[in-house]
Formats: sequence, C-alpha cells, structure tokens
Amino acid sequence: MKYENQILFLDGKLTKFTVPDLLHELLQYKGKKINTIDLSGVSSIDSAGTAFLDELVLNLQDFKPQLVNMSKIVESAVSTFSSLSIKKPVSGRKENFFISIGEGLLRWRDSVREAIYMVADIFYWSFVGLFNRKNQRKGSIIQQSLIIGVDAGGIIALLSFILGLILALQSAAQLRQFGANIFVADLIAISMVTEMGPILTAIILAGRSGSSIASEIATMKVTEEIDALRMMAINPIRYVVVPKFLAITICIPLLVTLSTLVGIFGGLLIAITYLDLSAVVFFDRVFEVLTTKDVLVGLGKSFFFAWAIVIIGSYYGFKVKGGAEGVGKVTTQSVVASIFWVIILDAISSLIFYFKV
Amino acid sequence: MKEPIISVRDLVSKFGEQTILHDVSLDIYPREITVILGRSGCGKTTLVKNILQLFQPNSGSVKIFNKEVTTMDELEFNSMLSKIGMLFQNGALLNSLTIFDNVSIPLEQHTELSVDIIARMIRVKLKLVDLTQAENMLPAELSGGMKKRAALARAIALDPVILICDEPSAGLDPLTSASLDELILKLKNLLKMTIVIVTHELASIHRIADRIIFLDEGRVLFSGTLQEAKKTSIPEVETFFRVGKFG
Ligand SMILES: Nc1ncnc2c1ncn2[C@@H]1O[C@H](COP(=O)(O)OP(=O)(O)O)[C@@H](O)[C@H]1O
Ligand SMILES: [Mg+2]
Repeated sequence: MKYENQILFLDGKLTKFTVPDLLHELLQYKGKKINTIDLSGVSSIDSAGTAFLDELVLNLQDFKPQLVNMSKIVESAVSTFSSLSIKKPVSGRKENFFISIGEGLLRWRDSVREAIYMVADIFYWSFVGLFNRKNQRKGSIIQQSLIIGVDAGGIIALLSFILGLILALQSAAQLRQFGANIFVADLIAISMVTEMGPILTAIILAGRSGSSIASEIATMKVTEEIDALRMMAINPIRYVVVPKFLAITICIPLLVTLSTLVGIFGGLLIAITYLDLSAVVFFDRVFEVLTTKDVLVGLGKSFFFAWAIVIIGSYYGFKVKGGAEGVGKVTTQSVVASIFWVIILDAISSLIFYFKV
Repeated sequence: MKEPIISVRDLVSKFGEQTILHDVSLDIYPREITVILGRSGCGKTTLVKNILQLFQPNSGSVKIFNKEVTTMDELEFNSMLSKIGMLFQNGALLNSLTIFDNVSIPLEQHTELSVDIIARMIRVKLKLVDLTQAENMLPAELSGGMKKRAALARAIALDPVILICDEPSAGLDPLTSASLDELILKLKNLLKMTIVIVTHELASIHRIADRIIFLDEGRVLFSGTLQEAKKTSIPEVETFFRVGKFG
C-alpha cells in the first residue's frame, strides 16, 4: 500500500486473509485526500476484498474516488461482488410502545378467536363423526386408542405405583407416631382418586400424545398435506384431529382408573409391610372414605384434561411456521402449554368442588 | 374470444405487513395449458393457493366456472373441488397411507362408487403415470419423481376439468421431466383438461405452453400466448425467453 499525489496504490492479494491487515495499514492515511485508487498491483481479489474497496469508496465519497488500472480478473470480481448497488431492505417501521402493545392485544384476540373456532370445529365433527363414518380413516379411532392407551399404560402404571409407594412411605412415619396407621388408607385413596391419578395421567399424555398430535399436524402442514386434504374437500380437523380426540376420550377414564388402582396398591404394599395393616382392613377403610363424588370428580376432570391436551396440540400444530425447525418449536410449545393448562384446570376444579361443600 | 374458465381480478394477498400479490388480474382459458412463470419467491404458489381458497385473499375477486369463489360457502366450494385437481410442489401425499389409498381418497370423498370400480379407476390412473408396481408402497419409499407422479395420479383421480400443478418438474432430471410433460400434453389432448402449470423450465415451456403469465414481485408483468411471449419487448420476459433464466 502506497500513497502519492492523492493516489492510493494497492498491491498483492486483496482477500479475506489480507483485509484485516490492510484495514490496519489504512489508518495511517486517514484524513488524506484520495481521489484515485490504483489497483494495478492487485493480483487477486475475493468478495472480502471487494467489500473492503466498497467501504473505502464510501468513506472517501467526498473526493469521489475512482478505481483504476484493474486487470480483467479483478474487474470481473469487483463487478460480481460489489455491494454498492444493493439497497438495504426497508426495515419495518419503528414501533411506538403503545402501538406494539395494541398490536399484541389484537394478535392475542385473533389467536383466541382461532382457538375458539377450532374447539367448536373439533366438538362438532367429533359429534358428527360418531354417527357418520363416511370419509373417516378406516379403523383410525381404534388404532389411535391403541396407540394412546396401550403404549402409555405401562409407564403410567409404573409411575403411579411408585407414587403410591412414596406417598404412603412419607406419611407412614408420622402416622405411626400417633398410632394412626389406618389413616394411610384415607390418604392414599383420596389423593390418588381425586388428584394424583388424573394429574399424573394427564401430564404423561401431554408429553406423549400432545406432542405427537402437535408434531404430526405441524409436519402435515409444512409438507402441504393439510392443503392437499382441503383440496380433496376433506376437513383436516375431521380427518386428523377427530380420531385422536375420540380415542383420547375413550382412553383417559381407563388410564386414570388404572393409575388410581395401581397407586392404591403401592400404598397397600407399605401399609402391609411397614404399618402392620392387613389388606382387608386397608380396603375396608378405602371404600369407607371414598365417596361417589370423589370418583366422579376425578374421572370428570380427567376428560377436560384430555380435551385440553388434544386441543392445545392441534392448535400449535396448525400454527406452525417455516420448515422442520418450526415443527420442533411448536411441539415443545404445545407440551409446555398443555401441562400448564392441565394444572390450571385442576386448580379451577379444586376451587369449584372443594370450596362449595 | 373464448370465455375464461378461471378469472382473477385485482387480487391482493398479504402475509402480515408484507404484500405478496399486488392487484393481480389474469384469465385462464379452457383446454389450454397456461404456464405461470416468475423467479422463486415472486408469489406463484401464493397466487395458486389464493385462487383455490387455501389462503383468503385480502381483496379482489376469483371466479371459477363463472362463479365467484371468494364469497362462496364451504359446501358449494367443496362440490366444485371435485372438478379441480391440484398437484402440490412436493407432492403432499399423505404419509401414513399407501399410494393406492392416497389415490383413492378423492374417489371415496366425492363419489358413491363401489370399491371394485374405485380400485379399477385407481389402477388406470397409476398405469397412466407408470406406477403400477408401487401401489402398495408408502410415500417414504418412493423417489422424488415417483412421488410427483403418484401425486399427479391422485390429482387426476376424478378426471378433473382443471388441473393445477405447482412446479411439477422441480428437482427432477431432464428425462423424467420430459416424460412428465408428455403426460401433461396427453391429459390436455385426450381428456380435454384445462391445465395451469407453475414452472421455470424453458424447454418444458416450449413443449407444452399455450399461454404465459409472467409474474414479477407479485405483479403480472406479461400475459399472452406463447408466440406473443417470444416476441415481446418487455425486458425481463425477453431475457427469460432468450437465455432461460431470470435476469
Ligand atoms: N406462510 C408464509 N408466511 C409468510 N410469508 C410467506 C409464507 N409463504 C410464502 N411467504 C412469502 O411469500 C412470498 C412468495 O412465496 P411463494 O408464493 O411461495 O413464492 P414462489 O412459489 O413464487 O416461489 C415469499 O417472499 C415468501 O417469503
Ligand atoms: Mg412455489
């Protein structure tokens, strides 16, 4: 690099490896008047070198510098890589704080409306689907029930057993101090039936079925399968969501019952081995304390959990944007959202049923 | 002049703030092959999906078979769909169903035909696209070209009056894409279909196109017959027909 008579001479290679040094070297000519950049000594140049020249020209634009003596190769590289003629995309307008809050609210209103439409659609087509089987995937409800029920049954049973065991064990020591051994039956029965059974089942279903519903729908959306269904005059909700909705409605009471029974057996194990109770005494007590209402409330709310899982999974699935990474994103979101809503629904039902009586 | 079979007027389509289609107007004429051209991202797929009501246009009118579809109720539109076949860019076969079952969906959906008749119709369509051997395979087991052909078989299962293909030859080798062109010509000549094709391939355009609609950044730059397109002086269109690339 050389400077003479308002001419800057560049030489050697002008590439991504040399540009950092050149920038450094350039500092010494800062403020000098340069109206010509002579490139006769430049042997090779790449896009980094061209970007360097572009920057140079822009910084010196008061002097209107000319690039001169370019070899053929350099000239063609410069004309290919030069970014001077590229306009920056106009960025979105600057948002006022209140406008962005307002738009956020509007978006939220739109998504609530979409969700409500979808819920209405799902319930409508599930109801119609019960009576009119035409245009439904053959055997899909049974198949889906097996996928949801049988596959999740094992893990739900195992976890419920452990949970029942832990609950009984944690309380056993305290109960023994007061000679209140028998109350372990109350504790296990009521907590499993009204709370632990439904919520454990729902959380596992949210992780397994909710995520698979969201990812299946999202994949179908990004591969245009949903559009293809609509072009064949098939309602995608009816075809994809309704079989899962009906299947989960069939499965959830069975799974909750399974979870509750196994959990109680876990408690029984502790009662027998650690609290010196007999199975007969234990079950007598269980049936004594449990009311029909407890059982109905436990089963009843589990339906709402199940529907929330399907609806939220579908909602996020249809909301997908972009390609494969979009699918992953909505799947995660749907699991988080459905666990959140299961717990909120549980809280609401507790408020309704336990404050009133 | 023939009556158009699809007629679009001042169609505007937006994704959020971004306007994708600006006042697009065009006509598709019966029993012709109309090619929609334009560099990728200029809004061709968006246009097609707006015509088919897969996206709701922000404003403008779309008439198919002389009926306004933007305000049509779902039931009426669905019954119209039995006369329209669509081949999506990546086939969009349902992944959990075999090729045979995929082709059977529109037949089961729109007709009351018996299973035997439907099976025959499916086999004829699979023969037409040369996929007889693949009927029990799943989409994941097929190559890209086979998927496109299977999807084409599904799109023409009901012998539609209008067939719309979004980039049928994208990602296919020249031989396969030439045979697809032949098939499309056959559909036009034998079955008298009206065909709309989104494509970039100059060779293919010369083989099959009757009419050209040239899109640029969501606007119609040119529309007219192939002959007119070859002679036009609109720079972008002229460049495309000279070198087969977008300038
Ligand atoms: N679902 C979408 N959300 C937001 N923008 C989209 C979406 N689909 C397409 N676009 C935008 O619309 C424009 C046109 O896309 P498209 O119609 O797919 O182009 P083409 O089919 O001509 O390649 C592109 O700029 C793209 O970024
Ligand atoms: Mg496209």
